[in-house]
Amino acid sequence: MLLHLFALLTAVSTAVLIFAGGLVTSTGSGLSVPDWPNSYGWFMFTFPIENWVGGIFYEHSHRLIASTVGFLILVLAFWLWRVEPRRWVRRLGFIALGAVITQGVLGGITVLWYLPDAISIAHASLAEIVFCLTTTIALVTSPGWRSRYARRGPAPDDHTLQRLARITLATVYLQIVVGATMRHTDAGLAIPDFPWMFGHLIPDHWDPKIAVHFAHRVGALCVTAMLLVTTSRVFARHRQRLELLRPSVVLLVLVTLQITLGAMTVLSRKEYIINSLHVVTGASVLVTTLILTLRAHRARFGDAPAGSLADARMAAGHGHSGAAAGARA
Amino acid sequence: MKIGSSILALFVASVALAAAACGGGNDKSATSAPAAPVTNPVDPATAGAVTGKVTFMGTPPPAEPIKMSSDPRCVNPDAKTETVMVASDGSLQNVFVYVKDGLGNLKFPVPTAALVLDQKGCQYRPHVFGVQAGQPIEILNSDMTLHNIHAWPQTNQEFNMGQSLQGMKDTHVFTTQEVMVPFRCDVHKWMNSFVGVVAHPFFAVTGADGAFELKGLPPGTYTVEAWHEKFGTKTASVTIGAKESKDVAFTFSG
Repeated sequence: MLLHLFALLTAVSTAVLIFAGGLVTSTGSGLSVPDWPNSYGWFMFTFPIENWVGGIFYEHSHRLIASTVGFLILVLAFWLWRVEPRRWVRRLGFIALGAVITQGVLGGITVLWYLPDAISIAHASLAEIVFCLTTTIALVTSPGWRSRYARRGPAPDDHTLQRLARITLATVYLQIVVGATMRHTDAGLAIPDFPWMFGHLIPDHWDPKIAVHFAHRVGALCVTAMLLVTTSRVFARHRQRLELLRPSVVLLVLVTLQITLGAMTVLSRKEYIINSLHVVTGASVLVTTLILTLRAHRARFGDAPAGSLADARMAAGHGHSGAAAGARA
Repeated sequence: MKIGSSILALFVASVALAAAACGGGNDKSATSAPAAPVTNPVDPATAGAVTGKVTFMGTPPPAEPIKMSSDPRCVNPDAKTETVMVASDGSLQNVFVYVKDGLGNLKFPVPTAALVLDQKGCQYRPHVFGVQAGQPIEILNSDMTLHNIHAWPQTNQEFNMGQSLQGMKDTHVFTTQEVMVPFRCDVHKWMNSFVGVVAHPFFAVTGADGAFELKGLPPGTYTVEAWHEKFGTKTASVTIGAKESKDVAFTFSG
C-alpha cells in the first residue's frame, strides 16, 4: 500500500511538473537561464533564491521540480525492483527512469540549442509518456487493480470497449503532439478567433501555422467524438463497474474543461495561467483515458501476487507454478 | 504480460519518434575574426553626404509604463517603453537609417573600438544602434540584478549568455550584414534592443530631433532605407555629386 501511495505521489508530482513546464513556455521563459545543468554558473540546487526573478522563477522552478520528479522516479524504480513480484511492473519502473532521464537531457539540449522546434516538441511529447508511465505504475500497484476490481464480479473482457479505448488513447496522444507542435512553433494564435476561423467555418487562407492550428481544432473534435463513443459504451454496458464508470465521468468533465480552456487560451490571447492549465488538463485527459484503457483490459492481465518479490521467488523455487506465473504476469 | 509488452512497445516507439525529431539542432559556425584592416576607399576631396529627418504623421501610440514588478531590483515607476518615441513636432526617434544599396564592392575599414550595449535600469541602452560587420559590441551589465542577453539573428550566429553580476562584460562580433538583429532579455520580458549590422560606415540612428546624417559618401546613386521597429521600412533613392549634400525626408504613419 505504501508503494502504491508513493507511486501516486510520483504521478501527481509529474502532473505538477507538466504544469510548471507549461508555465515556462507560456511565459516565454525557456531561455531565461542560459546555461544547463548549472544556473548562471551556480550549481542548480544552490542558486540563490533572491535571484529567482522574472523568467528565471519559472525556468528554475521547472528545473527543480523536474529534479524532484526524477529523484522520486529513481526511488520508485528501485523500490519496485526490490519488492514488486511482477517482472513487467519492475521493468516499467526502469523504463520510467530511463524516460525521465531522457526527458531531462532533452530539456537541457533545448536550452543549449536555443529552443529548436523539434527538440522542444520531443521534450513536450515525452513528458506525457513519463506521466503515462508513472500513472500506470500507480494504477497497477493499487489495491483495486490487485483485487481485479472483483467486488462486483469478474472484470469484464469487452473487446469492443478495449479497442475503442485504445483508439481513443492514441487519438488523445496524437492530439497532444499536435498541440505541442502548435505551441512550440508559435502557432497558438495563428487562427485568432473562436469558434469561427477568420470568421468562417474553415479558414479562407492557409500557411503552415494556420494548418497546425486547424489540425489541433479538428483533433479536439476527434478526441471529443472518440471519448463520447468510448464512455457511451461504458455507460451502456458497464454502468455497474465503478472502475470504468468513474474515469468515464471524469473524462467527460475533463474534456469539457479542456475545450473551454482551449477557447479561452485563444480569446485571452494566450494568458499564461489559462494556457498552462490547458496543457496540464490535456495531460490529465490522456492519463484518465489510459486508466480507463488499462482497467478495460484488466481481465487480460494476470493476477498480481499478494506477497512480495521474495515470496514469489521462493514460491517459484518450490515449484508453485501459480505464484511464479503471477510473478511473470 | 502481453499488455506489458504493448506498453513497452508504445514507449519505445515514442522515444524513437522523439529521437527522430531530434535530428535538427543548430548548425552554428564559429565567429570568425574581424576582417583585416583596409584603407578607406573614399576620396575625402569628393565625398558628399545624405542628411535628413524622419517624422511621424498622425497620432502616435503613447509610451506605455513598464511593469517591472517581477524583479524588485528593477522597479522604476517612471520607466516607459521606447518602441515609439515621437516629439511634439513629429520627429521620430530610434529609426535606423543606412545605405542599403549603391556602394558596389567597396570595402571599408572596420572600427576596432567596441560599441557598448549597456543594461541599465533593466533597459537596454541604446534601444536601437548600428555597428559595422566585424566591429565588436561590448555588452555590459550595470544593474544589481541578473540578465541574459539573447540575440536571435537570421544570418549571423545566435547567442544567449548570462550576466549574473553587476559590472560583468562580454564582447560579441557580428560578422555579416544584417538589418536588424534583435536582442532581448528572457528574464525581463520588457527588455529589447535592435542592432543594425552593415558592411560600411554609412548608417545613423535618429535622436529626439529625428535627424540623421550619412557623411563621407562617394559620389553616386544610393538606396537609403529607414527602419523602425513598429512601423517597418521606407526607402528612398538619392544621387549625390562630388562634395554634394542631399536632403532626404522619411515619413512614417501608424
